[in-house]
Amino acid sequence: MTAVATATADNPLIEGLERLPIHPTTLVIFGATGDLARRKLLPALYNLAHEGALPERFHLVGVSRADHSHEDFRAEAEEAIKQFSRREPESAVLEKLLEEVRYVPGTFDDPSVFETLEGALDEFDKAAGLRLNRCFYLSTAPAFFPVIVKQLGDRALHRLDDAEVRIVIEKPFGTTLAEAEQLNREVLSVFDEHQVFRIDHYLGKETVQNMMAFRFANGLFEPVWNRNYIDSVQITAAEDLGIGSRAGYYDSAGALRDLIQNHMLQLLCHVAMEPPVHFEADEVRNEKVKVLQAIHAPTPADVPNIAARAQYTDGESGGEHVSGYLQEEGVAPDSNTETYAALRLEVDNWRWAGVPFYLRTGKRLARKVTEVAITLKPVPHLAFSQEGSLGVKPNQLILTMQPNEGVSLSLGAKIPGTRMRIRPVYMEFLYGTSFLSQSPEAYERLITDAMRGDATLFTRNDEVEAQWRICDPIVQVWESTPGPIPQYEAGSMGPAEADQLLINGNHWRAI
Amino acid sequence: MPGVSDSRWAAQDTTPAEIESALRHMLVERHAENESFSPARVLNMVCVVDKAWSGEVANRLRNVGRYHASRTVVLAVDPKRDKLDAVATTASDVHPKAGEFALLRETVIVDVGEKHLQALDTIVDPLVVTDLPTVLWSPHGHPEALDVLLPLAQVVLLDSVDEPDLHEALERAEELARKAYVVDLAWLRSTPWRERVAATFDPSHLRPDLRTISSVTIRHHPDSTAAALLLIGWLASRLDWQPSKLIARNGGLVGKAHARRQDVELRVDPEPSQSVRGLAGLTLETASGRHLELDRGAGGLRAKYRNRKGDLREWTVLGASRGEAGILGEGIRQALLRDPTYSPALLVANQLVP
Repeated sequence: MTAVATATADNPLIEGLERLPIHPTTLVIFGATGDLARRKLLPALYNLAHEGALPERFHLVGVSRADHSHEDFRAEAEEAIKQFSRREPESAVLEKLLEEVRYVPGTFDDPSVFETLEGALDEFDKAAGLRLNRCFYLSTAPAFFPVIVKQLGDRALHRLDDAEVRIVIEKPFGTTLAEAEQLNREVLSVFDEHQVFRIDHYLGKETVQNMMAFRFANGLFEPVWNRNYIDSVQITAAEDLGIGSRAGYYDSAGALRDLIQNHMLQLLCHVAMEPPVHFEADEVRNEKVKVLQAIHAPTPADVPNIAARAQYTDGESGGEHVSGYLQEEGVAPDSNTETYAALRLEVDNWRWAGVPFYLRTGKRLARKVTEVAITLKPVPHLAFSQEGSLGVKPNQLILTMQPNEGVSLSLGAKIPGTRMRIRPVYMEFLYGTSFLSQSPEAYERLITDAMRGDATLFTRNDEVEAQWRICDPIVQVWESTPGPIPQYEAGSMGPAEADQLLINGNHWRAI
Repeated sequence: MPGVSDSRWAAQDTTPAEIESALRHMLVERHAENESFSPARVLNMVCVVDKAWSGEVANRLRNVGRYHASRTVVLAVDPKRDKLDAVATTASDVHPKAGEFALLRETVIVDVGEKHLQALDTIVDPLVVTDLPTVLWSPHGHPEALDVLLPLAQVVLLDSVDEPDLHEALERAEELARKAYVVDLAWLRSTPWRERVAATFDPSHLRPDLRTISSVTIRHHPDSTAAALLLIGWLASRLDWQPSKLIARNGGLVGKAHARRQDVELRVDPEPSQSVRGLAGLTLETASGRHLELDRGAGGLRAKYRNRKGDLREWTVLGASRGEAGILGEGIRQALLRDPTYSPALLVANQLVP
């Protein structure tokens, strides 16, 4: 979604422009030769350049351990863009984008790296004749986040008198509550919160932003959006693929940390939050934090009743025989890491008390789907016979994020014929049929927002900690419980153990 | 527009009701064939074209990339014709894959005669998808057809640089803008330039300099004076300048606008070396001694900036050229948006015409 600028007293020329100006900026990518930079960040920068969406003056500095020259990095970046850009790069734009790219090799704990970096930044400022904003993008292993932050602080690169300095921190933001709190302390001992942009790339997806538009731009749903009419909410993020080449990361993270602690709790927040007064960073985030605070952190005794985990075994997926998790390359044969996690949470507030929120995610499930299913309560009295039909089912509103973004509403309808027989039918809406524009990659949106200083789609310190407060007790119980853990067959709907979380006659939707 | 997967219906001496019925049947058939086929439902586009040049228009529409209207109704005017012939297609760019949907776009080409022009609305009304916004485009003139169709449409797409007479072009745009939302491709050609000027003066310490702009020179493709005047019109309307008519001098146009602090020298020069339509460059100077030049260059706009001390900086503002097809596609996309700054800019541009 591109916002058309509204009138501003400050710059009369921006009214009507779809793209608001971004102050000239130097972007520094730490971990510039890593996988994320190659696959996502550099291609996103090219696409922004192609569309004229980068700041009027834009410079890029790569920092990484690889012993590259400026030219080596330029060539590597060019190759990555050509390979991963969503559009065929135009050579003149690509050449200009990379023309003045700088590369600083070295380890992140080496002060001389930051001295060299400072030199490059000053050089760009000097050439521009003005102080450029600085945006440090931490696309490294999480262990380096505090190291880089400290070095930036020691070198006084974290603040400028006459320009903005911002820091973008990739996920995961800690692997436990204690780590997240510690990392927040370390980051905020150098930067102010308004300078910090914690990435959850899910929030940059149009689909997630559309959830807010769906709820708050339509009067139709608000009257039923509460415990009086909603029976349950089910959020699913299912993958048909296994862990691929991500064993190194995945085996230490698991499904709960990988998706539920961040993305899926964010989806829950978007379903459950109150309407913000304005679509502004702190107002939106305040409402999300209130939802997270209304979810009680489970006690160790609660965990078996509200959380389930499992690992996939070998099985059939897409007509092929596939290996089980423990046979995947790079996974320890006695690993207890969950590839499936399901939770039942309650948002204990006036709007939602008593409504179960089910979250489940897993690898190697029957198909790839990300959706939020809101099941309404059944009608209080049924005048029709259920005989000879599928019967009257409670209405379900399904917000699908992947693979086809859309909204589906199930309704009871009469089967044509002489008898009054009812079956569910579906009113379908696909976003792709109703818009001309292609959704930008989440990273394109998030990079420009960070350079502009708009934190609406980034997670705040208290938000991250509130997410961990919910997940940390579950992680602790699971890590202290000896294995082996329950299993499910690859290509299936998931483990039977997840059914034990269901209450009030609820059932998991078919994947 | 031909796609990967097409179905086609054609009839001679037909009626709008038959065409509409054929479209409905084709959609039902396509859906029955594969339920992944879903009709796009974004925008109706009604094009009035000369039959002799309809192929050229079809080519232009084919190249707009993803910005196709969902249902395109082409009225091909063949002066002597007295019966309606029609061809309707539903096309998808992709074969549907499992779990994905394939978007269907519909195109109807109706051959009409001169005699149909006064009642074109009765032909078009049954053919557009109800409740979708409708955009009209009449690249070969036919103003009488446009006037008849206007009550059916919310948006008119035009290109002020198409009209040979500058005064008539801007007058007509102004007249249409009173009745519908106008998307002017000449205006869209100035978008990157407007964005850059806005960005230049966006830093808070430079904003006061907007009030000290003392001269504006626009360089343009020889056919694109309208685009240049719209850019000046934009500056004048946003900055409260009171311009007077430009006068012809040395192959260009010159004049003045009265601003609150000082007069602004205005100059519009054709740039014969520019091969594509639209703007070639602009120069802004301020009474405070700043000088900004933007010119087309490889990989974006080449910017030159001289500050009050005389220090000169040069850089490239990154961006790919959109090309004519890209501009038309952008015009179709803009039919779903609203830019409140075009009409005021158009009013001023009209006042500037000698």
